[in-house]
Amino acid sequence: MAEPVIKVENLTKWFDVKLGFFKTLVSKQKLFVHAVDGINFEIKKGELLGLAGESGSGKTTTGRVIMRLIEPTSGKIYFKGKDITHLDEVRMKPLRRQMQIVFQDPYESLNPRMTVGDIISEPMKLQGTIDGKELENRVYTILEEAKLIPPGEFIFRYPHELSGGQRQRVATARAFVLNPEFIVADEPVSMLDASIRAEILQLMLTLVKKYNTSFLYITHDLALARHVCDNIAIMYLGEIVEKGTIDQVIFESLHPYTKALMKAVPDPDPTSKRIEVVIKGEIPSPVNPPSGCRFHTRCPSNIGDICKKVKPPLIDVGKGHFVACHLYSGKSKK
Amino acid sequence: MRMPLLDVQNLTTYYTIRRGNVKAVEDVSFFLEEGEAMGLAGESGCGKTTVALSLLGILPANGEIVHGKILFKGRDIRQLSEGELKKEIRWKAMSLIFQGAMNAMNPMYRVEDQIIEAIKVHESKVTKKEAKERIAKLFEMVGLEPERARNYPHEYSGGMRQRAMIAMALACNPAVLIADEPGTALDVIVQAQVLKLMNELRKKLNLAMIMITHDLSIISEVCDKLAIMYAGRLVEVGDIFSMFKNPLHPYTQGLIAAFPGIYAPKQEMKALPGSPPNLLNPPKGCRFAPRCPYVMDICKKKTPQLKEASKSHLVACHLANK
Repeated sequence: MAEPVIKVENLTKWFDVKLGFFKTLVSKQKLFVHAVDGINFEIKKGELLGLAGESGSGKTTTGRVIMRLIEPTSGKIYFKGKDITHLDEVRMKPLRRQMQIVFQDPYESLNPRMTVGDIISEPMKLQGTIDGKELENRVYTILEEAKLIPPGEFIFRYPHELSGGQRQRVATARAFVLNPEFIVADEPVSMLDASIRAEILQLMLTLVKKYNTSFLYITHDLALARHVCDNIAIMYLGEIVEKGTIDQVIFESLHPYTKALMKAVPDPDPTSKRIEVVIKGEIPSPVNPPSGCRFHTRCPSNIGDICKKVKPPLIDVGKGHFVACHLYSGKSKK
Repeated sequence: MRMPLLDVQNLTTYYTIRRGNVKAVEDVSFFLEEGEAMGLAGESGCGKTTVALSLLGILPANGEIVHGKILFKGRDIRQLSEGELKKEIRWKAMSLIFQGAMNAMNPMYRVEDQIIEAIKVHESKVTKKEAKERIAKLFEMVGLEPERARNYPHEYSGGMRQRAMIAMALACNPAVLIADEPGTALDVIVQAQVLKLMNELRKKLNLAMIMITHDLSIISEVCDKLAIMYAGRLVEVGDIFSMFKNPLHPYTQGLIAAFPGIYAPKQEMKALPGSPPNLLNPPKGCRFAPRCPYVMDICKKKTPQLKEASKSHLVACHLANK
């Protein structure tokens, strides 16, 4: 079997909670934000994996830890079979060529003092892959592919002269210019006008297909994820609660949290059933996550003590559909 | 004839900047019945928020309504003085939930004090004690614990702030509630909770609502009718069923196609090419003509007017009005 491009094992990231001076003296234990808590997944060559959940579920942290922008607390990250969890910056640099990220906010992720041409050629200059005429040609090609046409006009523009959609096209072009193996897109369209979200995602999809890139799409918008991803993992408070193919997770949702999410997604079809709210309240604090199943405090299908005390493992219920919930504990296929 | 609650006729609002007039809203007409909810949708910069600000007479200093009537229960509120607007219209007839609930409250004051201030400005006879009682009732209605009114805004989560904003907007018992992007910046579950709350309040208080958003799926969940704006003009208005099932304006068609439903078959996502025109100098004729896939000669010369295409469905397009 082909080696996955990205594989994470028991990936965990806890952030220290900074306490005041007095509290540091008095409190007996250190507090941590359990941002990501022991997650496992892999992404194959050319696969589009979605990572979805509410704010505070740890999806952005996951993306950044994989890119080694944040150091993991424990667990392993493999890139094409190679353990990169603790590689130093010198050894990471050649790998960065193959791993790129598109950030959420195109108003902050582009340097306002650089022209589009500079922004896009910088990765190639840093990596020293190509220069001169060849570099210029590559900039033109990628701008054309990102539908920033005519490229000759765009290379001299500054980010403030571009619309939000155009900026995100520049960020996309910058991520693809080195022809990477793997791209993380962290909510790439959530800051954009809803009417152009589909357009930007379609552009990313076209480029992903063309370059056969592996793609991790971090989002809270399940409707868009449905049209983008092959597979999806749903996160809740730092843990993966369900994963499988996009159709399995959306049409045959198992976990009560996924079901609640599905019912909360607004649908543009006015004849369809209107949204339902099956769970109350908001996501609990990740500093002191609930015991047992982390969802038990809000779960409408809570089956009592076991949910409160025992953490449900992520089990395969068939055809690669995984769920972490005690309701399905007898249905493991492995 | 029965009079609609709110009747906006040919509303035209310009902003003056050094380089000329930005024609932000041009010739916008619509009406709203008691208890009716209308969605107002369009891309950023199409003039949706300017419509809301015009209705309440709270345009920034360089903005001005140059033409049109805003009839609330038959009275043209453009004729009212600033004092009358304050005493009779704002908060009491129409109130606005501002975009970005996270930042719309003053972080230095307790939530309760901010709402009391709003009540006292508009209803000077109300005592502090009465105002507090009213707040407790409002909080209960929007699903917040009344004791939390003593908190500061930073002690609230995003969903709670949005609920508090709704409570505040309802403080003087308005007939029309205008919500500017009520769902953005909220998570899907919290957003669903807020939308459900707005639906319940609407039924309970017989509120008319204008929901301003660029997310069509939110409108289809809450509203009865939908108005689409493009570059300062209304291009299509109708009840949501005929608007979503049978959109007539090419812009509406493009906008709806850009919102794939979660249960819809997996498809290539389409979008309208190009971007909206500069409103300092909008194109002659139909403002959508430069981006329109069906553009004809007449589109570049004559501005299409909103005309009835079928019962309660109006469209401004030469193609549909032929």
